[in-house]
Amino acid sequence: MKIKKKTSFALLRRWGPVLLLAVIFLLAPQFVSEFRLSQLGKFLTFAIVAVGLDLVWGYGGMMSLGQGLFFGLGAYGFAMYLKLQSSGDKIPDFMFWSGLKSLPWFWAPFQNPVFAIVAALVIPALLAGVLGYFLFRSRVKGVYFSIITQAFTLLTSIWFVGQQAYTGGTNGITNLGSAKIFGYSLLSSQAQHGFYYLTVACLLGVYVLARWLTSSRFGRLLVAVRDDESRVRFLGYNPVVIKTLVFALSGMIAALAGILFVPQVGIISPSSMGVVPSIEMVVWVALGGRGTLMGGIVGALAVNYGKSFFSETYPDIWQTFLGLLFIGSVLFFPNGVLGALKSASAWLKKVLANWKARPAQTESQKQRTAKTLPEVVMPSLSQRVEGGS
Amino acid sequence: MESQTNEKILDVQNVTVSFDGFKALDDLDFSIRKGELRFVIGPNGAGKTTLLDVVTGKTRPASGKILFNGGVDVAHEMEHTLVRKGLGRKFQTPSVFASLSVYENLEAAVGFNDPTLSLLRGLNEEEEALIHDTLVLIGLSERMGVPAGILAHGEKQWLEIGMLLVQKPSLLLLDEPVAGMTRQERNRTGELLQSIAHRCSVVVVEHDMEFVRNFAKTVTVLHLGQLLCEGAVEDVQKDERVVKVYLGRAHA
Repeated sequence: MKIKKKTSFALLRRWGPVLLLAVIFLLAPQFVSEFRLSQLGKFLTFAIVAVGLDLVWGYGGMMSLGQGLFFGLGAYGFAMYLKLQSSGDKIPDFMFWSGLKSLPWFWAPFQNPVFAIVAALVIPALLAGVLGYFLFRSRVKGVYFSIITQAFTLLTSIWFVGQQAYTGGTNGITNLGSAKIFGYSLLSSQAQHGFYYLTVACLLGVYVLARWLTSSRFGRLLVAVRDDESRVRFLGYNPVVIKTLVFALSGMIAALAGILFVPQVGIISPSSMGVVPSIEMVVWVALGGRGTLMGGIVGALAVNYGKSFFSETYPDIWQTFLGLLFIGSVLFFPNGVLGALKSASAWLKKVLANWKARPAQTESQKQRTAKTLPEVVMPSLSQRVEGGS
Repeated sequence: MESQTNEKILDVQNVTVSFDGFKALDDLDFSIRKGELRFVIGPNGAGKTTLLDVVTGKTRPASGKILFNGGVDVAHEMEHTLVRKGLGRKFQTPSVFASLSVYENLEAAVGFNDPTLSLLRGLNEEEEALIHDTLVLIGLSERMGVPAGILAHGEKQWLEIGMLLVQKPSLLLLDEPVAGMTRQERNRTGELLQSIAHRCSVVVVEHDMEFVRNFAKTVTVLHLGQLLCEGAVEDVQKDERVVKVYLGRAHA
């Protein structure tokens, strides 16, 4: 009975914060303005990216500076569908301005929404997989991996700017207002609420998937790769496979976020997929707390709300505040907000335990706690060993 | 010793490894029979660790051939596929996964033959029992819940040996398993090695002469990448060449 109580408490501790956040997000449309809701929806797509990045960086130790690229590619893929839909029979306006007479062949299949969504998910995942495979096979690690993914992101965003006729250049793909989703106009509150709820559902789904992965043996092996890749190899695993799979998955998660971003924000341009957004994504995870999954969500929301608060309140010097926030958190919370909370609660527990033990601290009590510590850590397993030996 | 046959588990034939002209191994011939516990000694730079590197596929030889378990040509294998064929290696510095618990370290080791997708499932009862038996053998049952990073140096070494044991290798290569251990820990490790030797062939590269005298039967001495001599530990100790290159210097 006691054990059962303990596990249900553990379950609550494990899933309580997620449920609380999910309820807040699901109730938000009843309480906030349309503007704030669409802002929250945008931030939640960033939170999805952060969960994927935490998987690859916090657990796998690969600091990818390419998440903005995968996010952008996903966004472009779905924006192509929305653009074609809102242009009707004509070719998209920016193509016309650039002198194109007909739709380029690779744009044509994006008229089909299913193709557009599948391509927007699969192409970034494949790209991450191929890039990752070659980098990991050559045993590119650490800061070199970060720099190469950053160079790749820069290259692609510059290339997108240059291909004005096919990508919309610097302006990106915009003017999506006349697109219709299931008969509703894209800008209608029904469609916008629909995308908001879909974003909440996707965030929840991605979070649960990541939790499931990281609590499986595969997840522990991913941590093992971070700790000592060579040992993993000499245990008979191919680290290239593990790392490539996780990097591709994180690319797909970022692309999913991009798909959800476009209809809510109404534009995707190279400035949302370049080097700076990719670094910001790393900042979200670092600030929230690496290797916690929840930290990514908290970090993405906190940084972006901070950004919007400072820019609305102090339009001239808001970036200074943001910079101070980053420096302060790196100096004082090296493990992020969640890491700081964890160590604070551990400290509090210790203080409380000391305070409780103070009045009746006897030798026998001390001995008892020392003796039972291993059993407290893993009660059922240590019993098994004693039975077996 | 009854399990010992004339069949070779490892056969290193005329292997040369050179780093920018320096020959770390020079036309080395070396072999281990099935069921043998062999110690490899030699002064610094004799090529002991290079021998392990080249056998495990970490370094490729410039010339020569290495056969493992009869037909497996090491040149055609990757590091991780060799492990799957039964070749286990312990590194000189203890290499365990610091953030994972002792139990999880063994769990990571035991699943090494699983295809990637089945890593999403838990272990079966047989594998769990194997882990618990190994925990008892390496004396870490009480510590199975703690992160491997906070273990003492000797405990890390035992954990790493345990990780290799749950994989049931046919040949185990141990690089200086008692380096940095206390006398008591060294003796426990020696006993552990002798009990392991009943299960698989073992090659121990060692620096600690006292440990070699206490636990070795057959010893191979390497010097400048070549095989200097080989035989029972008593005979090797008396060999003048060995005294000159290794023991003599150690006593000086």
